[in-house]
Amino acid sequence: MKFSFTEEQDEFRFGLRRFLEDKSPSTEVRRLMATPDGWEREQWSKINTELGLTAVAIPEAYGGHGFGLSEQCIILEEMGRSLLCAPYFGSAVLATSAILYAGTEAQKKELLPGIASGDTVATLAFTEENGLWDNSGIATVFENKNQHYSISGTKSFVLDGNTADLIIVLARTPDSKNDEGLSLFTVDAKASGLRKDLLKSVDETRKLARIHFDQVPAKILGTEGTAAGPMKKTMTRSIICLANEMVGGAERLREDALEYVKMRMQFGRSIASFQVTKHKATDMLADVELAKSAAYFAAAAFDDDDDETEEAASIAKAASSEAYMQTAIHSIQMHGGIGFTWDNDTHLWFKRAKSCEVFLGDPAHHHEKMMTIWDA
Amino acid sequence: MTNYTENSVREEARAWLGENWNPNLDLFEWRNKLADSGWGLPNWPSDWYGRDLPVGLVPIVEEEFHRVGALPIPKSGIRMLAAATILNHGTEMHKQKFLRRIVTGQDVWCQLFSEPGSGSDLAGATTKAVMVGNKWVVNGQKVWTTSAHKAHWGLLLARTDMDATKHDGLSYFIIDMKQPGIETQPLKQMNGYASFNQVFLTDAEVLPDFQVAELGDGWKVATTTLMHERRAADSLRAWGQVPDNEGPIYDQERAEIETTMAPYKWYPQRAGRVDLIMERAKETGAIKDPAIRQEIAKLMTLHKSAEWTARRARSAQEQGKPQGPEGSLGKLAASNVARTAARVHTMISGANSMLSGEDSPENGTVSEVLISFPASSIAGGTDEIQKNIISERVLDMPKETRFDAGKPFKDIPRNTIS
Repeated sequence: MKFSFTEEQDEFRFGLRRFLEDKSPSTEVRRLMATPDGWEREQWSKINTELGLTAVAIPEAYGGHGFGLSEQCIILEEMGRSLLCAPYFGSAVLATSAILYAGTEAQKKELLPGIASGDTVATLAFTEENGLWDNSGIATVFENKNQHYSISGTKSFVLDGNTADLIIVLARTPDSKNDEGLSLFTVDAKASGLRKDLLKSVDETRKLARIHFDQVPAKILGTEGTAAGPMKKTMTRSIICLANEMVGGAERLREDALEYVKMRMQFGRSIASFQVTKHKATDMLADVELAKSAAYFAAAAFDDDDDETEEAASIAKAASSEAYMQTAIHSIQMHGGIGFTWDNDTHLWFKRAKSCEVFLGDPAHHHEKMMTIWDA
Repeated sequence: MTNYTENSVREEARAWLGENWNPNLDLFEWRNKLADSGWGLPNWPSDWYGRDLPVGLVPIVEEEFHRVGALPIPKSGIRMLAAATILNHGTEMHKQKFLRRIVTGQDVWCQLFSEPGSGSDLAGATTKAVMVGNKWVVNGQKVWTTSAHKAHWGLLLARTDMDATKHDGLSYFIIDMKQPGIETQPLKQMNGYASFNQVFLTDAEVLPDFQVAELGDGWKVATTTLMHERRAADSLRAWGQVPDNEGPIYDQERAEIETTMAPYKWYPQRAGRVDLIMERAKETGAIKDPAIRQEIAKLMTLHKSAEWTARRARSAQEQGKPQGPEGSLGKLAASNVARTAARVHTMISGANSMLSGEDSPENGTVSEVLISFPASSIAGGTDEIQKNIISERVLDMPKETRFDAGKPFKDIPRNTIS
């Protein structure tokens, strides 16, 4: 398996990094996170058009650039690093994967070009108020009256659910359970019977919504009753993407904390000269580098359709969740009192670490997932 | 300089093996052929039992050896360190006297560096060599000395000048281990094995000819030896894998390896035996316990991430990229894996963790993990020293304040045991 980035990939990464440093400094992150939408269409459209970010991993046949997950994960890692306020994860990762893996050829041709160009912002509504990340938690139902579908139920923790134009919804037949009877649907965000509540989120850079569906008209995505398979692949892909986003954030925190301790003087010496600080910084390096390896490996395994992909995805998610959160905790500690203030930027990443830790399943959830694979 | 290609080397090695390799040879006879021809250590100088082959082409030769089942030279540990040191810094006499017998495996060597009073701070050695008449007379104590009880020769780091600074007062000698002034005692470890020795030097003698490099250059020479230490560990592992072939020469080789390796049977256990975890969890039913499942998964996450980090470092190296931080974390990660694995083994084995030997699971293997893993975070550089090195070299953090620089060694505070 290919396990190291090519020169082109490295060039792309560092170009993107510089671009995002310029377009998304923390002042800009703070400005956008204070708005109810959390991002601005015009500004996002400019960034996206210039770099083709939403198009990267969509096949050329559907208006994209046809790159692999490893390339998309470079984008996610850099976005995690800069905390770019943009509706990327919901649209280019969750919704795009669901359409790619569940949609018919005609639907992919109809839906994906808009997402690739950025004209359509989509998201995926799957988790409900019970907060379960597997299909056992799905209670939202659909009704099929002569091929006219409607959806009823409540979805929660929907990423950018308040601003997305197109919502992909996972629902089931009333008497079905777990992986059975599941179907995916596309719903227009302006459809009648649909009500959105913006939720107050700890991580203000990432907006979450609760969406109520009361007999909302919907279009079936793919074949009725067969969504379990495509959803599984969508989750695997999204988990790998999130892991890569997280290691980007974790590395940024680690670097900032290191820079700070090198500068900070106490007791007439740099606090970076204290061995306890040096050892902590080394522990942080080890945490982040090991998690990066897992995140990179999982992306490469996905692109290679490797047998180990699913367990690698869970390992990557567990490792990066722990590493990101631990790095965030250490970072605040290394900053001392200033690290606990609103004006210091550390809390922005701390909060992203917290929300990423549980989004798409916390470490305990993924530990259990890998054990289920190995104990089969 | 001859131009070598993969093909020319392969053909040449194949032709030589075709004419010379014979599994019915006596092991010593075979090793003499390797020494005479230079095929045993083909990257060594042709003046000294080698063929001047670029290191990159050595694997081709090894492949050819492997293909016909021909045995390599006995690359056991310290012998190869001695060879590298002598090739780099030794005199003509040293090369004449020692190199051939290293290639043929006639002499056992040991490394007399660590002392009870200087572990992490190796350059703080206090074993003294003093010129009395026309000989060096050595007094002191060395420790963690592999094979000292069998060794013919020792690589000795000793202090020759107490008034010089710590590093400048050291010199390097080759010492005859079979002399009355040297007493070796096995050093029994907490896991019951005695893989190392303590060596007591009481008026032990070294002839001036056996000094390596200049007086005061001991630390420089020791650095060469230490640089080869990791490589030597790899070649030892490779040498330990004798082909399954039948024949007297293989039996001779296996017997020699068995004796050499016996003290290190616990090394896989020291690393935590992650490979046994799932099998043990299934066997004991611990796999059904949700708390233990979590701990196993955490361990595997750490173990796999560490493995993938090593792969990432290798693959960057193969691409010719400069080494990133991922290349320096292997040892720290390994000791973390070992420590975590011992904890999970304990959870899986429960009350049986109190038992040892044949009463313990897997005929004592599990017990051996539980009482061997602490060595991982100490041997070959403690975790703490590793973290100092990484923070200074990789993270560019301030160096530790030194209290021993620029002062005569005699004025530096040191241990009372020395």
